[in-house]
Amino acid sequence: MMLEEHAGKLLLEQHGLPVPRGRQVTSATEATDAGTMLGFPVMVKAQVPAGGRGKAGGVQKVSSATEAGDVATKLLGSTLGGHRVERLLVEPCVDHDEEYYVAVLDDPLERSPVVLCSAAGGMDIEALERDQPGSVHRLVAGLDRGLVAADVDALVARAGIRSEHVPAVSRAIGALWECYRATDAELVEVNPLVIDAAGSLWALDAKVALDEAALPRHETLRDLVTGDPDATDAGNLEAEARAQGLLFIELDGDVGIVANGAGLTMATLDVVTHYGGRPANFLEVGGDNYTKARTGVEVVLSNPRVRSLLVNFCGAFARTDVMAEGVVQALESRPHTVPVFFSIHGTGEEEAVALVQQRLGATPYPDMDDAVRAAVAAARASTKGGVE
Amino acid sequence: MTKIVPSKGEGVLVQGITGRQASFWTDRMAEAGTVVVAGVSPGKGGRHVGEVPVYDTVAQATADHACTTSVLFTPPMATHAAAVEALDAGVRRLVLLTEFIPRHDTLRILEAARAVDARVLGPNTAGLVVPGECSLGIMPGFAPSIFGSGPVGVVSRSGSLGCLVCLEVLGAGFGQSAFVGVGGDPVVGTTTREAVEELAGQAQTEVIVVVGEVGGVMEEDAAEAITGLDVPVVAFIAGGSAPPGRRMGHAGAIVAGDRGTAEGKIAALRAAGAEVVDTPSAVPGAVARALARG
Repeated sequence: MMLEEHAGKLLLEQHGLPVPRGRQVTSATEATDAGTMLGFPVMVKAQVPAGGRGKAGGVQKVSSATEAGDVATKLLGSTLGGHRVERLLVEPCVDHDEEYYVAVLDDPLERSPVVLCSAAGGMDIEALERDQPGSVHRLVAGLDRGLVAADVDALVARAGIRSEHVPAVSRAIGALWECYRATDAELVEVNPLVIDAAGSLWALDAKVALDEAALPRHETLRDLVTGDPDATDAGNLEAEARAQGLLFIELDGDVGIVANGAGLTMATLDVVTHYGGRPANFLEVGGDNYTKARTGVEVVLSNPRVRSLLVNFCGAFARTDVMAEGVVQALESRPHTVPVFFSIHGTGEEEAVALVQQRLGATPYPDMDDAVRAAVAAARASTKGGVE
Repeated sequence: MTKIVPSKGEGVLVQGITGRQASFWTDRMAEAGTVVVAGVSPGKGGRHVGEVPVYDTVAQATADHACTTSVLFTPPMATHAAAVEALDAGVRRLVLLTEFIPRHDTLRILEAARAVDARVLGPNTAGLVVPGECSLGIMPGFAPSIFGSGPVGVVSRSGSLGCLVCLEVLGAGFGQSAFVGVGGDPVVGTTTREAVEELAGQAQTEVIVVVGEVGGVMEEDAAEAITGLDVPVVAFIAGGSAPPGRRMGHAGAIVAGDRGTAEGKIAALRAAGAEVVDTPSAVPGAVARALARG
């Protein structure tokens, strides 16, 4: 869960890395006042939990009250990186020469935390790695082993940081590491990290991503999470499913999908698409959620665009008989005209197939592709028939 | 490092064995041939789950029984302590089924495992199956309609989709040498590449099926190794139709910008010589072609 810049900066400051004294504002008037108080020029920065703000015009330097008001008016309410801008951060400018890049993050291939350092900060890291390969230097660390000061100094020197800046940049990396460790973060990135004429360190930006699975042991951090990317722009159906503990993502098609397990559900969407259909949703009732198939079917069918329903189970951990019972209950209790197509395999298969046959009079397709093709054809026929 | 696939008859421990799911799956694992020698549940020592004796600690269990492997049915926040306890007691293969383990706990488990050359499968894996020999985890290794001995090694991030692919493979008349579930988390102890490399080195594996999904770089990483293998590789990547920026059920299944896309993974695997198919049902045909070329 990516935090907004101001929240990331709060955490960095708590762990010893100085940040500019900014103000959060929510209107053009407040932006103008903040700029006047801080003294122009100032930076006006859209606060959204996403990267790439600079490139999208969400970060601007303004030199007057009028300009501050204009920029604020333009940014507030706009959409940036898929998020609506509701807050701006107005910050004093910090004079500097070099812009450095420092980060601590989980590395899935090393299966360890890594520290990254580059003397060529300022631009985004993907562009940096693409355009200047070799300019980002890495140090593999360990949470139990800790970060060895001499290794950090060596990393910073290797990255080509100006020699008089090495101690300060090493100190900054120490602060990032503490922040990463203490908050159970997935990523703590500062780009750019700068040093002013007086030799003081400043984090001019902050990108901190927290681990949702670790939040139960960080109650105080929960308040910093503003835009859960999976909740943003979510319609009512998504919110309703979420309240029931189900992951449901609404799509713009007409084939409703109920499948178990993340992988099988993704593949079901792919196969529907492959046969020319348009999935209406992603819904996972597998894993620990396999007893919630009834709720899942109800959520999917409450989408008025759904013209056919595809139920695709391949049970490993999730027992297909338990899931099928849920589907049958939902369909029996809810009046519906949507045709339903089943493919059922795996743990509990015999009981599940018998259940669907006895209670719904439907026979599951032995082959998943056949069930998909039938569901796609039914949705298409229903739409052509002018049901809308 | 400890191999991913155990030898026939290696003793297996189940941590958290007295839970409802754990006791259900302990029976299923035994049905699939797994030699479950003991279980651990703190405070429940002295009981039995079926025939399996339960101990309070791993050290007590390993004092009485030889076991190389532990399958952990432990809650997310308790798994780090349970895994370290198993490593300290000399267990050298851990199967972490749990979803939603805090990432730093996973990293610390892997750090501890590396220090003693132990193998970790998962977290968020459905487990491992060697048809006719053993099933470690929550795959239907006992089901003769899904698993049977044969030449196809299957490596999958997902349990449910891996299950479907195994069904398709067996339905077409090919059995499996092993199913390795690497897990749906962004950070897992055994990567797709490592699983592919180990299966390629087995005498009984003649073709490998990689079942990947969007997110991360494990398939791209595996592609680098595939070029040098003498065993052909077939692949299916799920999530090509997934909307970007959304987590598709698995914590690791998310397309971020141009990273982790199905297109990127498919291109990397094809460039390495793998046959990448569009649907799971096309896997058996590709397996047959690979075996015929073999």
